Amino acid sequence: MNKLIKGGEVVFPDRCERADILIDGTKIVKIAKNISAEGCEVIDATGKTVFPGIIDMHAHLREPGFEGKEDIESGSKAAVAGGVTQVCCMPNTNPVCDNAVVVRYIKSRAQEVGLCKVHPIGAITKGEKGEALADIGKMAKEGAVALSDDGRSVMNSLIMRLGMEYASGFNLKCLCHCEDLDLVDGGVVNEGKNSTLTGLKGSPRAAEDIMIARDISLAESLDVPVHICHVSTYSGVDIIRSAKARGVKVTAETCPHYFILTDDIITDFDTFTKVNPPVREEKDRLAIIEGLKDGTLDCIVTDHAPHSKKDKEVEYNLAAFGMSGIETSFSLSYTYLVKSGIMTISELSRLMAGNPAEVLGLEGGEIKVGAPADLAIVDLNAKYVIDGNKFISKGKNTPFNGYEVYGKVVKTLVDGDVKYSA
Amino acid sequence: MLRQKDLLGLRDITAEEITLILDNAEEMKRLVNSGKKSFDLLKGKTLVTLFYENSTRTRTSFELAGKYLGATEVNISAASSSVQKGETLIDTGKTLQALKADFIAIRHPMGGAPHLLAKTVGCSVLNGGDGMNEHPTQALLDMLTMRETFGTLKGLKVAILGDIKHSRVAKSNLLGLSKMGAEVWVYAPKTLIPKGFDELGAHIATSREQCVDGAEAVMGLRIQLERQSGGLFPSLSEYSKFYGVNDEVLSRAAKNAVVLHPGPVNRGVELTTQVIDGQKSRIEDQVTSGLAVRMAALKLLNEYREAHA
Repeated sequence: MNKLIKGGEVVFPDRCERADILIDGTKIVKIAKNISAEGCEVIDATGKTVFPGIIDMHAHLREPGFEGKEDIESGSKAAVAGGVTQVCCMPNTNPVCDNAVVVRYIKSRAQEVGLCKVHPIGAITKGEKGEALADIGKMAKEGAVALSDDGRSVMNSLIMRLGMEYASGFNLKCLCHCEDLDLVDGGVVNEGKNSTLTGLKGSPRAAEDIMIARDISLAESLDVPVHICHVSTYSGVDIIRSAKARGVKVTAETCPHYFILTDDIITDFDTFTKVNPPVREEKDRLAIIEGLKDGTLDCIVTDHAPHSKKDKEVEYNLAAFGMSGIETSFSLSYTYLVKSGIMTISELSRLMAGNPAEVLGLEGGEIKVGAPADLAIVDLNAKYVIDGNKFISKGKNTPFNGYEVYGKVVKTLVDGDVKYSA
Repeated sequence: MLRQKDLLGLRDITAEEITLILDNAEEMKRLVNSGKKSFDLLKGKTLVTLFYENSTRTRTSFELAGKYLGATEVNISAASSSVQKGETLIDTGKTLQALKADFIAIRHPMGGAPHLLAKTVGCSVLNGGDGMNEHPTQALLDMLTMRETFGTLKGLKVAILGDIKHSRVAKSNLLGLSKMGAEVWVYAPKTLIPKGFDELGAHIATSREQCVDGAEAVMGLRIQLERQSGGLFPSLSEYSKFYGVNDEVLSRAAKNAVVLHPGPVNRGVELTTQVIDGQKSRIEDQVTSGLAVRMAALKLLNEYREAHA
């Protein structure tokens, strides 16, 4: 039976208007006002907003190897609860996703789970060690959608260059985690007043910026596309902006914590605030918002990094880096970017769905006839208070506990099937 | 009365609380100096010193402070390496709580460890130095020495020279002294001054002379050899040539200035031997001040505990 989503405000890339959406099987077949409900299973979206299924191109699902933190099933459940219909998962698993077997394993596990679409990202180098190229071609053939040594930079510039160059032969982009490890030098928070106040070792912006500049420079000289992960510095935004202006094929992403939080949150030594790169200062936060507005930053991702209690209930220095964010990304982005008047919901939909699809060449990301029926039905007026303990994800580690946000996901459809219902 | 069960740092306590601790410490120091070493203020209470870093001075000082006040005192040494390999801090804290400890004085190589412990246990936690964060009792004892000499902390100029970047002593002094109306000046190689120290209220001097000029207190901080191998400065001799305090530099300080050092001192590096053993030096007396401050802190935290039992 066809499905009809009736009466919702539909978010298109350029506008938002009331329309019904008719779904036949896995595809959207018609979008119009007042489509007849005859013979359809009706999903009433009156008073709700229909957002394109979110594409989170940067998440950690932890399987195989770290199932105590998350697995493909719990991560997929968390994803659809957050309105996310496609997840790209980073390769820092155990074993590392640096070969065709692990890529195939992740895809088949995701299919068994059958909630959201899961796209593995393969490692650039074997074991993410930064020394020798991983089986890039074989991973591409098995369905890896991009390459990354996320969690660290490929420190050797020659290896990085070869990785980008070789990957381009398979139409794969490198997603660059930018961090000069020598400069980081064990830093765990942003270097500045608050690192000094707490005595927690600071990591300077330069550690990130240098690698952003390097990777852009490598891509520019090879004339291949490159994507910069989780930008956190004002200066990094500038480097990317100027590269774009001279025509470099660079795209970039950031995360809600970088446009909402500053390092004032670290002063109580709460390990849920520990993330890599670290949250920085107000001028960075504002520059990132500016970058999202002017197109310098193309995508909002979660960098969903779930951790177990034992990884976080330790001294700050010993705690794992990362925040569990896949369930709150929409509400936070909506509240802090749209409701606050910084951008329209259509603009947000491009950052969270349209642009990630384009960057990685994925289907979906936009509500249109012929597209897969990947949709998030949200109630923009519903207000709730974030409580990590209620997360579906195994990772309860959010720095946003107690934040009051708007925009609750009420239903998520993947390929026309309801995969989440609040 | 203090406002919380723990003494974690001078960041979160008020000028009134600092004054309260110093007033009590002054009294304790007077009593101890008069030969009284037996009190029953903490009778029936238990103090555990939990040190993950080596320390002679601070640890002995906490131990004796507890003993003189009549507490049962136990110390646990844990090698730094066990921080990562052994039992978690939370589990250790729960064990000590189950053993009915009332006070835990902790030293730990990582900032925020005492805060984590304080959140976990009902015991009162005293920070005996955590990583590069704070060392509140050391700063309080420095402040006690200054207040004894000058009657007040308000309006004093305090010059701190040495490894500011890695020093929890400099930080606690800055935070505490600023609250009390003193001015803190620092001077060190640029690589040993932490980012944003001025935003926390410090004056960053542009020369050794400017730093010490007219200062009522001149404090040297230990330069660790490992900082040199880390490339933060070229050599100890270069350090002492450009950044050390000698009699000539010290002559710019106020006439009745005091020289302080949290110890252990590298003679001839941050301070010359003449300065260390000179007339202005209060380095030895600081040790007694430290005992008095720790006795006062324990006494006041105990009063808080009894009021909130």
